[in-house]
Amino acid sequence: MKIIACIKQVPDSEAKVKAEDGQVSWGDAPLVINPFDEYAVEGALQQKEANDGTVTALCVGPESAKDALKHALAMGADEAILISDAVLENLDTAGAARVLAAAIQKIGGADMVVFGRQTLDNGAGLTAAQTARVLGWPMLGLSGQIKVEGGSVQVERVIEEGRQSVKANLPAVLSVVQSIGEPRYPSFMGIRKASKATIPVWSLGDLGISAPAPVVTRTELINPPGEETAVEMIAGESPAEIAEILADKILAEKVL
Amino acid sequence: MKTFVYIDHFKGEVQPSSWEALGLAKSFGTAIALVFGCGVDEVAKAAVEYGADEVLVADDISLTDYRAETYASTLSALASSLGPNLILFPTTARTREMAAMSAIDLNTGVLTDLMGLEANGESFVATRPIYEGKLMEKTVCAGKPVMATIRGRAFPKPNREAGKSGTITKVEAKGEALSTVEGYSASESAVNLGDAGIIVSGGRGVSNNPALTPPAGMDEKGAEIWRAQQGFALITELATLLGGAVGASRAAVDGGYIPYSHQVGQTGKVVSPDLYIACGISGAIQHLVGMRNAKVIVAINKDADAPVFKQASYGVVGDLFQIVPALTEALKKKLGK
Repeated sequence: MKIIACIKQVPDSEAKVKAEDGQVSWGDAPLVINPFDEYAVEGALQQKEANDGTVTALCVGPESAKDALKHALAMGADEAILISDAVLENLDTAGAARVLAAAIQKIGGADMVVFGRQTLDNGAGLTAAQTARVLGWPMLGLSGQIKVEGGSVQVERVIEEGRQSVKANLPAVLSVVQSIGEPRYPSFMGIRKASKATIPVWSLGDLGISAPAPVVTRTELINPPGEETAVEMIAGESPAEIAEILADKILAEKVL
Repeated sequence: MKTFVYIDHFKGEVQPSSWEALGLAKSFGTAIALVFGCGVDEVAKAAVEYGADEVLVADDISLTDYRAETYASTLSALASSLGPNLILFPTTARTREMAAMSAIDLNTGVLTDLMGLEANGESFVATRPIYEGKLMEKTVCAGKPVMATIRGRAFPKPNREAGKSGTITKVEAKGEALSTVEGYSASESAVNLGDAGIIVSGGRGVSNNPALTPPAGMDEKGAEIWRAQQGFALITELATLLGGAVGASRAAVDGGYIPYSHQVGQTGKVVSPDLYIACGISGAIQHLVGMRNAKVIVAINKDADAPVFKQASYGVVGDLFQIVPALTEALKKKLGK
């Protein structure tokens, strides 16, 4: 079974992200594989093991994104491909979906394409469904468990109202959530293999497409107001006394 | 200005921020509500009562279960034939998918999780959080229609006028579903923090009650989870008294104390309740950005240096296992419950 895990590189979740001169700045924080995409790689590797398959990690991004792909290789992916092109700087989610779909076709298709639920940077959570739409494949979003049987895949979908069991024919596009299981740590052997791996870089020319024109664009970056608030500390002789004062404060706010 | 508002529902239960989207649409001009499903007359009537100028209903057996493909195709067909300027949605698992797909069909874009939306002539400028809420951006969509999903509680909810009558028009379902829904279970942990007016949250600290002795025979991890569950019972009691929801920090969900669906921060679950009570949460940056839009924040933590106090309106340095039950008792009395 042929599985593709789509990943992105983002600033580390611990980074203090700020707007500086109209640009996003994350100081000296490292760029890492998008944490939600680690679950995508984990889900892909689970299916590789269960169904005797291969996993290809696929990423659209700058040259530096090879590090994110190496993380996927170190976790156990068999190969990695970077799509990098100077014209891709202002890609929106629909554009990313069109580029990924073209790359998936060039790879020769797949039985399953797995995404994380969203990225830490843009956070829109649209690309998986848009890739499915471009490919004309079923979309199984927010999957918490995956089971392949014959030519079909059954997932447990985690939505606001509970869990649904949803089934579709392969090939299909999936996005996964945390209940898929904690992403495995790269093994020593995996890290060694990844450090030696050569990652092919494809341009849009290689994919035979032109740059998708961005429909969604950013016009302004804003640092959110109120980094710190003036806290009123409440003290008292006993928990009961503190609770009494605190309860009065809360009631006076008229939020109950 | 003509706006479509997609009324998102699950088995007839409407996602409340659908009405907030309807109110927003009215502020721009004509609001046309869209209701998809099978046997959804009640949802359509509610849309009229919440102020829709017209309701388009695709009521068809093929739409019984939400499937992204059929819902997106039905939406795309309506948008192509009627040409709205804007399509608004609440932000849910379903709407992100169907809007994403429909935007591909219509060659336009989706602006998600909006906290603000302003009309600018024929176009719109949206304000939305990025980088887990550490930053905000203003963003525009050059395609037509502009598609936008709004964050719960970011826009006012219109009043409902019971018994109001209005135009309800049947429209056709389109597209072919590529999946089948085989089962559903409402999990106990089904929680919608985005729409909650009050949230009481617990962190790593809920597992640290030294006064508790776990049942014999438990291993260390089992004992930790057992302790945490006793801690969350206190938090749940306070949340229940106030009619609120139970939230959690990443440390608490990673520790296995409570399901992921309760997590505030990081997964993009940025909440904006009127009251947020953080118990035993030290305040990692992801958690702080997830909750700092709350109107009133109360932090209870035994560490006076915990970062959570920098975001709080009121802080208590103390043992949550003593303070939380005492607060529940005090509020119970004062609220006459």
